[in-house]
Amino acid sequence: MDKDINITLKVWRQKGPKEKGQFETYQLKNINQSVSFLEMLDILNEQLVNEGKEPIVFDHDCREGICGMCSLYVNGHPHGPATGATTCQLYMRRFNDGETITIEPWRSAGFPVIRDLMVDRYAYDKIIQAGGFVSVNTGGVPDANAIPISKADADLAMDAAACIGCGACAAACKNGSAMLFVSAKVSQLALLPQGKVEAARRAKAMVAKMDELGFGNCTNTRACEMECPKNISVSNIARLNREYICAKLKD
Amino acid sequence: MAEINSKIPQGPLAEKWKNYKDHQKLVNPANKRRLDIIVVGTGLAGASAAASLAEMGFNVLNFCIQDSPRRAHSIAAQGGINAAKNYQNDGDSVYRLFYDTIKGGDYRAREANVYRLAEVSNNIIDQCVAQGVPFAREYGGLLDNRSFGGAQVSRTFYARGQTGQQLLLGAYSALSRQIGLGKVKMYTRHEMLDVVKVDGRARGIIARNLVTGAIERYAAHAVVVATGGYVNTFFLSTNAMGSNGSAAWQCYKKGAYFANPCMVQIHPTCVPVKGDFQSKLTLMSESLRNDGRIWVPKKLEDAKALQAGTKKGKDIPEEDRDYYLERRYPAFGNLVPRDVASRAAKERCDAGFGVNNTGLAVFLDFSDAIKRLGKEVVKQKYGNLFDMYEEITNDDPYETPMMIYPALHYSMGGLWVDYELMTSIPGLFAIGEANFSDHGANRLGASALMQGLADGYFVLPYTIQNYLSDQIQVPRFSTDLPEFAEAEKNIKDRIQKLMNIKGKATVDSIHRKLGHIMWEHVGMARNEEGLKEAIQMLKDLKKEFWSNVFIPGKGEDLNTELEKALRLADFIEIGTLMAHDACDRAESCGGHFRLEHQTEEGEALRHDDKFMYVSCWEYQGEDKDPVMLKEPLNYEFVVPQTRNYKK
Amino acid sequence: MWLLNSSIGKKLIMSISGLFLILFLVFHVSMNVVAVFSGAAYDMVCGFLGSNWYAVAGTLVLAAGFIIHIIYAFILTMENRKARGNDRYAVSARPKGVEWASQNMLVLGIIVILFAILHFSQFWYKMMFAELMGNHEVMLGGAAVSPQSGSAFIDYYFKGNIVITVLYLVWYAALWFHLTHGFWSAIHTLGWNNTVWMSRWECISKIFATVICAVFAIITIIFYLNGVGGGCSATCVH
Repeated sequence: MDKDINITLKVWRQKGPKEKGQFETYQLKNINQSVSFLEMLDILNEQLVNEGKEPIVFDHDCREGICGMCSLYVNGHPHGPATGATTCQLYMRRFNDGETITIEPWRSAGFPVIRDLMVDRYAYDKIIQAGGFVSVNTGGVPDANAIPISKADADLAMDAAACIGCGACAAACKNGSAMLFVSAKVSQLALLPQGKVEAARRAKAMVAKMDELGFGNCTNTRACEMECPKNISVSNIARLNREYICAKLKD
Repeated sequence: MAEINSKIPQGPLAEKWKNYKDHQKLVNPANKRRLDIIVVGTGLAGASAAASLAEMGFNVLNFCIQDSPRRAHSIAAQGGINAAKNYQNDGDSVYRLFYDTIKGGDYRAREANVYRLAEVSNNIIDQCVAQGVPFAREYGGLLDNRSFGGAQVSRTFYARGQTGQQLLLGAYSALSRQIGLGKVKMYTRHEMLDVVKVDGRARGIIARNLVTGAIERYAAHAVVVATGGYVNTFFLSTNAMGSNGSAAWQCYKKGAYFANPCMVQIHPTCVPVKGDFQSKLTLMSESLRNDGRIWVPKKLEDAKALQAGTKKGKDIPEEDRDYYLERRYPAFGNLVPRDVASRAAKERCDAGFGVNNTGLAVFLDFSDAIKRLGKEVVKQKYGNLFDMYEEITNDDPYETPMMIYPALHYSMGGLWVDYELMTSIPGLFAIGEANFSDHGANRLGASALMQGLADGYFVLPYTIQNYLSDQIQVPRFSTDLPEFAEAEKNIKDRIQKLMNIKGKATVDSIHRKLGHIMWEHVGMARNEEGLKEAIQMLKDLKKEFWSNVFIPGKGEDLNTELEKALRLADFIEIGTLMAHDACDRAESCGGHFRLEHQTEEGEALRHDDKFMYVSCWEYQGEDKDPVMLKEPLNYEFVVPQTRNYKK
Repeated sequence: MWLLNSSIGKKLIMSISGLFLILFLVFHVSMNVVAVFSGAAYDMVCGFLGSNWYAVAGTLVLAAGFIIHIIYAFILTMENRKARGNDRYAVSARPKGVEWASQNMLVLGIIVILFAILHFSQFWYKMMFAELMGNHEVMLGGAAVSPQSGSAFIDYYFKGNIVITVLYLVWYAALWFHLTHGFWSAIHTLGWNNTVWMSRWECISKIFATVICAVFAIITIIFYLNGVGGGCSATCVH
């Protein structure tokens, strides 16, 4: 049964990207374990506002694990200790009475801190803008059933497409690498006949943009895969390597 | 009283859209480059419109409040998207999809709009597949379909339980391509706070940079609002935390009509409320109703035992279970439309048969499906939903039946638009959930995605040209015009006023109060007395808000409390308009249920003789009652009937 | 040039140079096996790999492989640290399923190199290098031996020398960790992987690393106990 617990929070507070941040400690009493992690932060924030203080700034939106906006590094794990779940899908059941919980922002050169726990992840959008699409305009496309696609390929593409772009992969990676994110999009589109046409161009453009934006080099530690809230597999990274190397060798 | 002209083209139903396209005015490619369009919002409608307009050659300025256009709440849609492809050979057609949608909307939508929606539905699927959306497929390699509430054919295309995500990412990728090409300028973490009119036409917006707090001006030849719905008025809903009605509301305050505000949808399958700390409600996909059976106990003492926690769902024998949807609606059973399913759940719970500690929940049981299909198949179909449910509730749905309860989900009402999706302000367009157009009084499952993408890909990019064709001579606007300066000043004053209140109440505490008032009085079952009371209570709440809210920090800085306060100020006013509209509409239809107007069996009772119209509300000024104009609905092709899901 | 500029290119260099070094390890271990059975045969191999042009060329290629692998290890590590940003995590936990070795390849690599230097100074410096310098005799603990007489070197360093033996065993342990990750990671970087082969490659990696390191270790222990030809003397003679 869910019970009420008392917890201590160590939260990273940072005024702006250039300013120095530090941890602040907060006590929270009688938090029911059925409360979600973000609701616990809401409670803390309401408490802070009632004391006339500025609330802790953190990104969150859909609160059902799909928008990819929430981005907290909880007790050494992106999205906290649960596996296959985002921060907003984390419940206080995972924590014990008297526990100290440390909350940090994503720390990666590609994701500068905006304030407190909120970081700028527009770099991921820029990578998509470089090539994460199929170049078709609206209208004038063939019938949806004109090209049959094997179920196996469609399923694999869907596995890769499940990425929510939250940035946990780069946040988890000791190299600050965005390879899992990039490989998921490259894989999804390379697996489908619609995307195959420009697969080589896409892989080259996206990798070039990723490198340009200062993300690190993948060393296959698999931390990204283990922390990914959508369980995106590193086999996508192998596929990206393959696509990229073949594309470059053909040039 | 102003005349409402919905600009519906002449001709037979099936030819209206074609006729329109054949005769509308277009803008030539050289001129498109000279025209700027602001699109606010990056959901299915906003992203697809921004991308399509940019592909055509217009310059697009696109805004969103999140850190990335990919986060818009369309992403959370789970179940699927409808289209009249008839791939399953089960007798589907454009007409049938049109008919189901009109009927599902309880005959409160425009025939012409809905028919157009059904017509372009097929193009959407083609477009998405071409973009690389990984829809579910059969072993033969062709697209798979599932059935959904309110229809007797399988016409719903899906991508696991993440259809909204995949469609949005498709639109987002098209948008990203245009951003990369420089045709769309993307403004993330920007919130539209006002629309600017110059000589009666919409010519720009005022937006707040959410990172710096700066108030910024943007000008364009036309403005498209695609900012979604307003059900967060209820505080608790399935919408995202940031979803708000402010952009649409500012348009209303500048003279755009707000249509059918009382028509909001309550989704039957959500995880029930647990406590006061709750920040939002989680939807469990409607697709669960394909295999799950909804029931409550037959005996009141069993319900009492469930509420006390002394019994569990599986302890109640088969013969003591009341599968009330199957009992009341034999033809559609568990797949009745959302409004019907929601009301039926409320009816049972109000009668004391609720199954959790609050008495506000019913069972959604998969034990039959597991017996029939095996656990593996069920797991394959719904595994991720079951896992999500278990994480939230700590209950394993494979073992004990799920508990669900209705929750606010979608607003059918919104900015009034004509057939061209233009509001009553020339040059101001509204698309997707932000407009009122296609769902009437109730939306069918898997139709929101269809409408958002239809508007964005295939309707607005045509119709907006009809407006812009005479604007090609108009040079780019300067944001130094006095109209912009004045709008900016008003916004700054409003923010200053809010910051200066320095009261005692947090924004959320007042929002929660608003939610309670709305749920109690303007919720699933409404009556005149309650609605009038609500209007008074909301007046008081507005006073309390403007005299007692406390916002820490500074106005010209990143300030999440200020963001929420600005939205809440509008939610209170939206709530009031909803109550006015619900009060005016003395009938029950779709999501709007008036207790005074029901049949003996407790079904919704429409009054087509008096209420066959769209209520278009016109703003009259601060603290003045709004005025309602009527757009009559002329059903030329369908005969409105009492919705019947029994046989 | 994409090989030098792009992240995947740089990783490819690591991968190919790594695989090349793995190949060398296989060759080296087979050579050692010879020494277990016959000192004379081993000396023949040593003679064969003396100052002949092909042996020198091979050594240069090998050295290049080493150097590239090491330089890129440092370059990549430096870039990766920079990509991490200025603030470090206060709490970090290794997620379940992440091998310890995979996150410590540089440290393991440095250990391997340090021992390799010891190894070179003991053998290569006094054998091939000495020969290249024109010396046909080198001093080993007071006795003069031919630089081609590998068996003499082995006996000198290992037989009954517990310190050297333990140091070598530690080396193999570090090598084992380095290989368990390095092998499959190299394959993965080449793109020869998918969901099915992922666990297979990881398994192959472990088996390969274990076989290589175990053979090295067993041979070293035999040398410690019985010296060169110890395997043979233990089984054939007695």
